[in-house]
Amino acid sequence: MSADTTTPAKVPPPRQAPPPPPVAKKPPRDRASGGAGAPWLLLAPCLLILGLVLGYPLVRLVTLSFQKFGQSQLWGFQPAESVGFDNFTKVLGDSEFWAVVVRTIVFAAGCVIFTMVIGMLIALLLQRVSGWVKTLINIALVASWGMPIIVATTVFKWLFDADYGILNALLSKLPGVEMIGHNWFASGPQGLAVIMLLVVWGAVPFVVITLSAGLTQVPQELEEAARLDGAGAWGVFRYVTLPILKPIIVMLTTLSVIWDMGVFPQVFVMRNGHPEAEFQILTTYSYDRAFVVNDYAQGSAIALLTVLLLLGVVAVYMRQMLKIGEVE
Amino acid sequence: MSTLTTPVRAPGTTSGSTPVRRKSKAGWNLLGLLVFVTAGFPVYWMLNTAFKPAKDAIDPDPSVLPTGLTLSNFSRALDIADFWGPVGRSLIVSLAVVLIGMVVGLLAALAISRFAFRGRKIVIVGILAVQMVPLVAMIIPVFLLLNDLGQYDRLTGLIITYLTFILPFTVWTLRGFIVNIPKELEEAAMVDGCSRTSAFIRVVFPLLAPGMVATSVYGFIQAWNEYLYALMLLSQKNQTATVWLGNFTTKHGTEYAPMMAGSTMMAVPIVVLFLLVQRKMAAGLTAGAVKG
Repeated sequence: MSADTTTPAKVPPPRQAPPPPPVAKKPPRDRASGGAGAPWLLLAPCLLILGLVLGYPLVRLVTLSFQKFGQSQLWGFQPAESVGFDNFTKVLGDSEFWAVVVRTIVFAAGCVIFTMVIGMLIALLLQRVSGWVKTLINIALVASWGMPIIVATTVFKWLFDADYGILNALLSKLPGVEMIGHNWFASGPQGLAVIMLLVVWGAVPFVVITLSAGLTQVPQELEEAARLDGAGAWGVFRYVTLPILKPIIVMLTTLSVIWDMGVFPQVFVMRNGHPEAEFQILTTYSYDRAFVVNDYAQGSAIALLTVLLLLGVVAVYMRQMLKIGEVE
Repeated sequence: MSTLTTPVRAPGTTSGSTPVRRKSKAGWNLLGLLVFVTAGFPVYWMLNTAFKPAKDAIDPDPSVLPTGLTLSNFSRALDIADFWGPVGRSLIVSLAVVLIGMVVGLLAALAISRFAFRGRKIVIVGILAVQMVPLVAMIIPVFLLLNDLGQYDRLTGLIITYLTFILPFTVWTLRGFIVNIPKELEEAAMVDGCSRTSAFIRVVFPLLAPGMVATSVYGFIQAWNEYLYALMLLSQKNQTATVWLGNFTTKHGTEYAPMMAGSTMMAVPIVVLFLLVQRKMAAGLTAGAVKG
């Protein structure tokens, strides 16, 4: 293999100290197992699965969005014809679509920010509380994390129920507040705020648990050294903890953006499978077009636009991730 | 900057006499209890509703404390539709997804974290990119694909589909765990005469185990909790546990108390499983390995 000449220099990529090339000591057989083919062999099963069940449908999604594809094409009565950019011009020219886009972005941004900030605060808090409080919080977090989204959604629907919901009953106990019978889902913004709360409640445990695992890796010595040098709590956090946690934080934020832009069951189940116009976000809007209006092509076009929008949002993080990847 | 900001927040960390420290600990604990109550309330209320008489569940002035203990909601939940079939199917799907996902994912994570090779960056970008595809967007083409493969309404079809959702995350998370294990440990083993493979098995793998447990638990939960694809890719007779919960909502409204009982039955095993592995996760990944 021609790669053999290059592998010795590549196999042990120097971590922090590039100057001394640590090649000399390696026995030759390691070079062979670390040859150019090995990583691809390791990757093969993963790429195969992703290619088949994610790659192919993705291509199909793109072709669908350029076709006319309704009921008759689904059942095979008519072949799908190409219609060029018709689906896209229709979608982009629709003012409702743009309202949905703005709503989705505001909703997702709110979810991500609240999730990350609350998650970080709880992770830090966990380090400071006594063991038994930590156990209690962990139980609560694990319980809410383990809750299937559809269960959590129904529980929240029950909590926020207009007539028998516990929240309205509790709020009404406050002096001067009369909330019994208040319908939280009468207006879009209020209803989506409730759904945001539900999303954040479900997302925080994962953030806390991951960050807590990361926090155990922050060397105590470093924190103590910083404290001895006169750093306060904020200083230690900002200049010691945060930089060490940065890769985890970036990963969590990226995932949160992806997940919160893709929120679906929460809205879908909360509105009993038929979200009103005021509750439509991109995912439900696409679903609605495809499976309610039976215009699969337009649904695909909206889904594709969502993907493109997401590409823009996450491109920034991707660049940062790759930068981190290089450092490592 | 640091000199400017530090004095402001300093009081929180005064490492002075013990009474002060104990006092601040009590403050943190109080805050912690508040977090516990807030985060745990929905779960508590689910349990509370599940065990209280159905009549009390629709009391306009509900009592926050339990009003009685009955299992009638549970028997009603089991009556509404077959429970064990869906649970069995959910278990098969989730376990298969986790087992395959961990093996395949670990191999891929090793490749992108421990090897420098041409195209590594493209693979990383690719794995990150596929995570960004909203799952809802894929339902139409995935349905058409599985239909073509004769996998509609089959558990294998659902397993393959879930695998693609869970793999990118698994690879990415495992990669994060692997790069946190100092390469020097492996290199030291290799200097001492281990091959690359045995260095991995003897040194990296034990350190990676907690991370793998955490990742598989997460994958399991994801697969168990998935709703939309289970709803769309399987027919009514093959429904999984999450879809089974939909049986409580009919045209006539939702039977909340039995539904909370059903939710309890589904959530409790997962939560128990979670609590068991939680300790392993908390053990820390490389703690002790470097500090020695």
